Amino acid sequence: MAKLAGKILIVVLLGGFLGATLVRFAPGFGVDEEELDTRLNNQSVQAMRDAQGHDRNLLAFYSRYLAQLLHGDLGVSRTLQRPVSQLLAERFPETLKSVGLGLLVGWSLALPLAIAVVMSRAWLLDTLSNLLVSLLLCVPAAVLALLFVLEQVPARLLLSLVVFPKVFRYSRSLLARSSSLPHVLTARAKGLGNMRVLAWHILPTAAPQLVALAGVSLSLAFAAAIPVEALCDLPGIGQLAWKAALGRDVELLVNLTMIVTLVTLLANSASDLAGKYFRTGDA
Amino acid sequence: MKWARLISIGLLVLVAAACLLANFLAPAPYAHQFRDLPNAAPSHQHFLGTDDLGRDRFSRVLYGTRVSLLLAPAAALLSSLLAGLIGGFAGFVGGWTERIVMAATDLFLSLPWLFLLITVRAILPLNVAPMTSVVITFALLGCLGWAGAARVICADARTFSQSDFVLLARASGSSGFRLLWRHLIPNLKPILFAQFWISIPVFILTEANLGILGLGVAEPLPSWGSLLRELESFSSGSTQPWQFVPLILFIVVVSSFHLVLTKQELPA
Repeated sequence: MAKLAGKILIVVLLGGFLGATLVRFAPGFGVDEEELDTRLNNQSVQAMRDAQGHDRNLLAFYSRYLAQLLHGDLGVSRTLQRPVSQLLAERFPETLKSVGLGLLVGWSLALPLAIAVVMSRAWLLDTLSNLLVSLLLCVPAAVLALLFVLEQVPARLLLSLVVFPKVFRYSRSLLARSSSLPHVLTARAKGLGNMRVLAWHILPTAAPQLVALAGVSLSLAFAAAIPVEALCDLPGIGQLAWKAALGRDVELLVNLTMIVTLVTLLANSASDLAGKYFRTGDA
Repeated sequence: MKWARLISIGLLVLVAAACLLANFLAPAPYAHQFRDLPNAAPSHQHFLGTDDLGRDRFSRVLYGTRVSLLLAPAAALLSSLLAGLIGGFAGFVGGWTERIVMAATDLFLSLPWLFLLITVRAILPLNVAPMTSVVITFALLGCLGWAGAARVICADARTFSQSDFVLLARASGSSGFRLLWRHLIPNLKPILFAQFWISIPVFILTEANLGILGLGVAEPLPSWGSLLRELESFSSGSTQPWQFVPLILFIVVVSSFHLVLTKQELPA
């Protein structure tokens, strides 16, 4: 556990450094439009440049940032002129709501449908669900966002359409593989009902991979949140990341990169651990 | 599903041929404006009508499809080559080199792909010439899309480098480079080929996402991203359903790639 935590910490710190590096070497970094204001004299312009000077040295910036972070200070956003911690406190719950709802609705649609397809073995249901899923997999998240805006459908539901096809496809394949195992065939041959076979023999076998899929789907929903929030004007961290990247806001982008990396790693690690727990339980 | 695969291949060939012959098939250049006919309905002159700037939509669909269909494979080739070089080398050498390379790969994979891509693209200059934007967009896709494939290739390269035939080749006095060139790379080819095919529809979808956000190929050069962006101006009460033709073509092409892939994916 300590090794895993250490690994996560190192990757998160490296992720933050990668974010800082990207912004530092981006064309237009350190250029402030306010400098063009003709009402400012040379001294004011120089003062503004000096204020940004410490961000130009990447290592100095990152070590200063980490020292501040240890004291709970996430810095101040240059473009929005507000403390990053305040922005995150406002925006993170919005993204969590969207991602949470997307995952809940996506999984609630995908898993029962996958179970119905595998258990019923009905050709028509299988074909129709495959067609629907193939269609959704071929439509970019940004197009779905545009269509949701046009039809005035609540944008929070959009992430469920991103999660649903992937969860359905993988869970269907996992359940189909489990249902063809010899012990399941034996259970069927002995006359066990569908529900009993599912609950006692198919789902427990597929559980570790389904849990791993949950971790992956969280990361997927988080990634899709950026175009969705940017296009649907949802005030979450996806939209914040979008603004930070466009404004070369190094403080904000480093924090967001670290948060996104942390969430992804935590989700993947938690699903790995849960999967191991299930496997140990089976053994 | 053999018939579905054959139909998909046929459709892809048809679309690719139409795009390559765009210079002959398109009734007008993609940037030419018919200023008297903005938002025109389909006619003999304009098969899919015109967009809000009066440009022939059919011509733009042909040229846009050409941009996306030529450059997504190019980006997929770049990412597969990078994955082959990085993953193959790490798996072949093993030890600390492999650990360091895989740690870097893990770092890339821990950042969601779309987040990384949108962030990097937004950081790069946006007001650039159309051809520069094409190069930036697809080079970025190629340069950032290698990590997942590198992990798969590294695992396979490690397995091959520990296999009996490599051991026999080593015992026969084969050097490191000869082993790599004559024994490892030929065995990695099917995996690289599968990764290449898997990447194409992913890159087409990603370019569309970038284009809709205004981060893709710059105007007036069309691409699927910019063509799909036109849906912004569509309203539920609109009487222009032909605006959806680029989306339908997009879905047909991407799903055809998925159907062709089904068999290709197996080696991975």
